[in-house]
Amino acid sequence: MELLKEARNGNKRAIARLITLAESEAEEASHALQQLYAYTGGAHIVGITGPPGSGKSTLTDKIVKKLRKEDKKVAILAVDPTSPFTGGAILGDRVRMSDLNLDEGVYIRSLGTRGKLGGLSKAVHYATKILDACDYDYIFIETVGVGQSEVDIVKTADTTIVVMVPGLGDDIQAIKAGILEIGDLFIVNKSDRDGANRLSIELQMMLDLNAVKSEWTPPINMTVASKSEGVDEVVEKIKNHFVYLQESGELTVRRRQRLETEIIDLVIQKLTTYMTKKMSKEGSYEEELNRVFNKETDPYTLVNKMLNESLK
Amino acid sequence: MAEKLIRVLVAKPGLDGHDRGAKVVARALRDAGMEVIYTGLRQTPEQIAAAAVQEDVNVVCLSLLSGAHNHLFPKVVQLLKEKDAGDILVVGGGVIPDADIPYLKENGIAEIFTPGTPTSKAIEFITSHVQ
Ligand SMILES: Nc1nc2c(ncn2[C@@H]2O[C@H](COP(=O)(O)OP(=O)(O)O)[C@@H](O)[C@H]2O)c(=O)[nH]1
Ligand SMILES: [Mg+2]
Repeated sequence: MELLKEARNGNKRAIARLITLAESEAEEASHALQQLYAYTGGAHIVGITGPPGSGKSTLTDKIVKKLRKEDKKVAILAVDPTSPFTGGAILGDRVRMSDLNLDEGVYIRSLGTRGKLGGLSKAVHYATKILDACDYDYIFIETVGVGQSEVDIVKTADTTIVVMVPGLGDDIQAIKAGILEIGDLFIVNKSDRDGANRLSIELQMMLDLNAVKSEWTPPINMTVASKSEGVDEVVEKIKNHFVYLQESGELTVRRRQRLETEIIDLVIQKLTTYMTKKMSKEGSYEEELNRVFNKETDPYTLVNKMLNESLK
Repeated sequence: MAEKLIRVLVAKPGLDGHDRGAKVVARALRDAGMEVIYTGLRQTPEQIAAAAVQEDVNVVCLSLLSGAHNHLFPKVVQLLKEKDAGDILVVGGGVIPDADIPYLKENGIAEIFTPGTPTSKAIEFITSHVQ
C-alpha cells in the first residue's frame, strides 16, 4: 500500500490521510493498521489532562519545543471531547502551537467528538497507533478533563500529566478522586497567580492520603507555561517516569493491560455496529420493540433472542 | 449524521489583529455540523498550508480584512499544490473589492464571500463542493 509506505517515510500528507481513513473506519485503513502494528511500541505516549483554560496547550507547546532541541520527533493529538453532539466542533488548540506548524519534526492533529459513543477514544487509539508506527519518539495527547472521556483517553498513555490551576473556585474543585489516581505527574500551572502555593500544598496532602504503594511518587511541579518557567523540570520528570516504567517492569504490565482493554473495546464496538446494522436491515427490530413495549414479551427475552440470532 | 464529516481550517492570514469575522464564520460552520479547526491570528501562508495538510481538512477558509488578499490567498493555494494537497478547497472571505475577485478565482480560490453574504451561502457552497 502506497499510502502506508509514504507515511512511514514521514510524509505528513500521507500520515494525515491515514488517520482520516482510520477515523472513518474505511476498509483501506483496517488493512493499513494491520500492517502498521508490527512497527508500534517505540513511542513514549504522554497524556495531558486538566480543566479548560488551565494551559494544557501552552504547556504542550513549550514541552515540545524543549524536546525538539534534542531532535526528538513529536506528535500532538489535541482532543476536545466537549463539543456538542451536532457533530460540529471548533477545535482551537493549534492557536497556542502556531510556532510548531512549520517544524518538520512535529505533527499536530485536532480531534473532536465523532458524534458517536466511543467514537472519539477509538479515533485517538487509531491515530496513536499510526503515529507510533511512523517513528514519532513522543506522542502527546491533550484532552480536556471533563469526566469519563478523559479517563478513557488517558488510558492510552504511558505517562499521564494532570494540570491544575489556582483560583478556579473552591480550592480542591478539580481534585476529584479519579483524577488523583490517573496522574503520574501533577502540574500547578499559572503559578504566577495567587493561591498556587496553597493549591500545591493541598494537592500534596491529598496525594499523601491517597498514596498507593508504588516506587513512583507522583511529583508536583509548579509552572508558568506562558513564560516557559518550570518547563525544563517537567520534561525531566516525563523522562524519569519513562525510565521508572521501563526499569520496574511497569511499562510491560501497563501496555499488556492496555492491549487487553483495547481488544475488548474493539470487539464490543464492532459487535455493536454489526448488530445495529443487522437489526435495522431485518426490520423486525421495531416490531419486537413494540411487543416489549406492549408487555407481550420482556426485554431480557428479546436481548437473548437478538444475541442468539446474530451469533448464528 | 451518516454523511461524511466535513473538516474546515479557518485561518486568518495577514497582520490585522481582528478575528471577529473569522470566529463568526467558525461558529456558523460548526453549527452546520462541520468540524472547524481554528488557527488564530496572523498566520503566514506557509503555516496555514502546513496546518491544512496535517489536519487533513477538506476546506481552507481564509478570512482577511485588509489589503493583502491578492498576494496571500493565491500563495496558500500554491503551497497546498506543492504539498500534493491541491484537492483541498480554498475559499476566502472579508473586505475584498469586486474587481479583485476574478483574479483570485483564476488563482485557485474557489469562491469569495464578501461582507453581507449570509453564512448560509458559504455553508451551502462548501457542502456542495466537497466531494
Ligand atoms: N497567567 C498565566 N496564563 C497562562 C499560563 N499558561 C497559559 N496561560 C494562558 O491561559 C490561557 C489558556 O491556555 P491554553 O493553553 O489554551 O489552555 P488549555 O485550554 O488548557 O489548553 C491562554 O490565554 C494562555 O496564554 C500561565 O502559566 N500563567
Ligand atoms: Mg487546549
